[in-house]
Amino acid sequence: MDLLRFITAGSVDDGKSTLIGRLLYDSKSIMIDQLEAIEKQSKNKEQGEIDLALLTDGLRAEREQGITIDVAYKYFSTPKRKFIIADAPGHIQYTRNMVTGASTADLAIILVDARNGVVEQTRRHSIIASLLKIPHVVVAVNKMDLVNYSQDVYNNIVIDYVEVAKSLGLNDVTYIPLSAMYGDNIVEKSEKLAWYEGPSLLSFLESVEVEQDINLTDPRFPVQYVIRPQTDDLHDYRGYAGKVISGIYKKGDAITVLPAGKTSKIQKIEHNGVEVDEVFAPQSAILHLEDDIDISRGDVIAKSDNLPKTTQELDVVLCWMDNKPLTTGNKYLLQINSRVVKSVIKEIEYKLDVNTLQKTDATSAGLNDVIKVKIKTASPIPYDSYSDLRENGGAILIDETSHVTVGACMIQ
Amino acid sequence: MSKYSLDYLDHLESEAIHIFREVAGQFERPALLFSGGKDSITLVQLALKAFRPGKFPFPLVHIDTGHNFPEALKYRDELAERLGEKLIVRNVEDTIKAKNLTEPKGKFASRNALQTFTLLDTIEEFKFDACIGGARRDEEKARAKERIFSVRDEFGQWDPKLQRPELWNTYNGRINKGENVRVFPISNWTELDVWNYIRREKIELPSIYFSHERDVIDHEGQLVAVSDFIKLDATDTVLKKTVRYRTVGDMTCTAAVESKADNIDDIISEITATKTSERGETRIDDKVSEAAMEDRKKNGYF
Repeated sequence: MDLLRFITAGSVDDGKSTLIGRLLYDSKSIMIDQLEAIEKQSKNKEQGEIDLALLTDGLRAEREQGITIDVAYKYFSTPKRKFIIADAPGHIQYTRNMVTGASTADLAIILVDARNGVVEQTRRHSIIASLLKIPHVVVAVNKMDLVNYSQDVYNNIVIDYVEVAKSLGLNDVTYIPLSAMYGDNIVEKSEKLAWYEGPSLLSFLESVEVEQDINLTDPRFPVQYVIRPQTDDLHDYRGYAGKVISGIYKKGDAITVLPAGKTSKIQKIEHNGVEVDEVFAPQSAILHLEDDIDISRGDVIAKSDNLPKTTQELDVVLCWMDNKPLTTGNKYLLQINSRVVKSVIKEIEYKLDVNTLQKTDATSAGLNDVIKVKIKTASPIPYDSYSDLRENGGAILIDETSHVTVGACMIQ
Repeated sequence: MSKYSLDYLDHLESEAIHIFREVAGQFERPALLFSGGKDSITLVQLALKAFRPGKFPFPLVHIDTGHNFPEALKYRDELAERLGEKLIVRNVEDTIKAKNLTEPKGKFASRNALQTFTLLDTIEEFKFDACIGGARRDEEKARAKERIFSVRDEFGQWDPKLQRPELWNTYNGRINKGENVRVFPISNWTELDVWNYIRREKIELPSIYFSHERDVIDHEGQLVAVSDFIKLDATDTVLKKTVRYRTVGDMTCTAAVESKADNIDDIISEITATKTSERGETRIDDKVSEAAMEDRKKNGYF
């Protein structure tokens, strides 16, 4: 059994919460006591039937206001897969929350209301999915019951979205007509949508290939922690603990430690306390090197025949996530995996309209803005372009005084 | 399947080990909060994988309410001894005396809320900057929204509306003096994932997780163990039942479930077939209000 992480993008009006509630309900992941609790609330709200949307509202303010504030994580599994859903809200602070949820997602479900078709919000969600390089996209054309399960309505939406996908370079898009309210094409294929030949949403989620999304060709190992027991029997033990974020490492491999550039060979590999011949992404491991070189947290052990770029000048697409604005000349800490360096915003090249993709000149950025910037770091960082390797191309900016995470960087 | 494919448990395990090592790399004085329950026992197994052959870069810390199951305490002491790791125990009883706190009254007088005082005092005493805990997002809907690195202010309070965005697998553990971070390495695990992992890793558990005979009373459909910590009424009938515990908390706020499952396989079959959530079935303290957990967390609770 493997694992699929996906994000659902849409607003309450698109039936997003109902869709998630339906997936949990029909896959029997909701327990009786949880159902009783929402039944009670549904009655409190004077609604006739169970409001599946209530399952995803976690905080009191959310229930009181009928909105979602933050990304909520939900879990369900079928005999084929374990699923982790990042449920991001549709309205306030949308970009910030969707970017957060999207950063770890293998797949995005973009909800389209069949009555409204492709609208501005659909474009915004799709642009974020493309910026974050989510490998797979499902366009869920919901509320088919409200358009008489019409194939023409569905076809027109598909035609419109194909254009959006083309302009954004989304090349793995699957279209599914459904009704979350009535469960059509959610778990079982619906007779009312007999003209649709593809799989139901759940069977697609169970079968979409995600293993190939893990990069096994570019070995990167950010060192998190150095293990040195310094006991009598382990006097010379020095192990570099970290996670293989991409690629494969084998005993004897020639490696280079970045940013310093020192070279050595892998002498020994430990995985879960056992000595092994190789480790691969996304396993955690301990690497031992033949030479005693100075390595500390934040260094990257890469294979000498396949090195990431190392530089102090970065071109970055940045999503700004703080109430305080970003302006040219501001200084932040930049954290990429385990490495933290001081950095300065040298130049804002443009602001990107996430509804239209239009670029405009800007000198500052506010909450939820997406901008292209040049960043200079105080010392060199090893990185890969985000579009080549998500695992080593995404970084965060941290405010040095409040310590808050204020920006998400996709390094170009 | 290629030889480079991983089971979902391997993914979850590696993610948790990565989080453990981030704690070790980012904090000066971390601690692992250990209760003797299956989730914190799972954390210990993951810590072994993250740091052996080295020592844990943190002590195990237990906030003892004085209402614990003796089986869980025995397990705790034996585990620390066997691993050769440091165990710090702080007692709620002592905090009550030192600070003149008022003990809750009533039939199931729970020290669950008082635990927070002792936890915050312990954090201050040892200047802990990160406390690792075994909370999972599937347990409860306020937890479903909490970050893996969850920043608390100097009063231990969680502000759900001011959480830091948590992107990719990059964890920002920077804090101001006096603040601390609660870290949840098994956030993305479900109850069933934990049991499957315990089976796979052949992890030993306290005996109360397995079927045994016990004197209990039936309180509104929940079976509560007869102990020195609860007051029996004239109307209570003591029943002898074959039960096991699905979660291990205090004897005053944890209910048993009727079960004949005396091994992990049977427990997993029962959980797979169950229709009631873990907390719903076994926690008396969550039923108080719709937002019971959210309120406790805002006040510094785990």
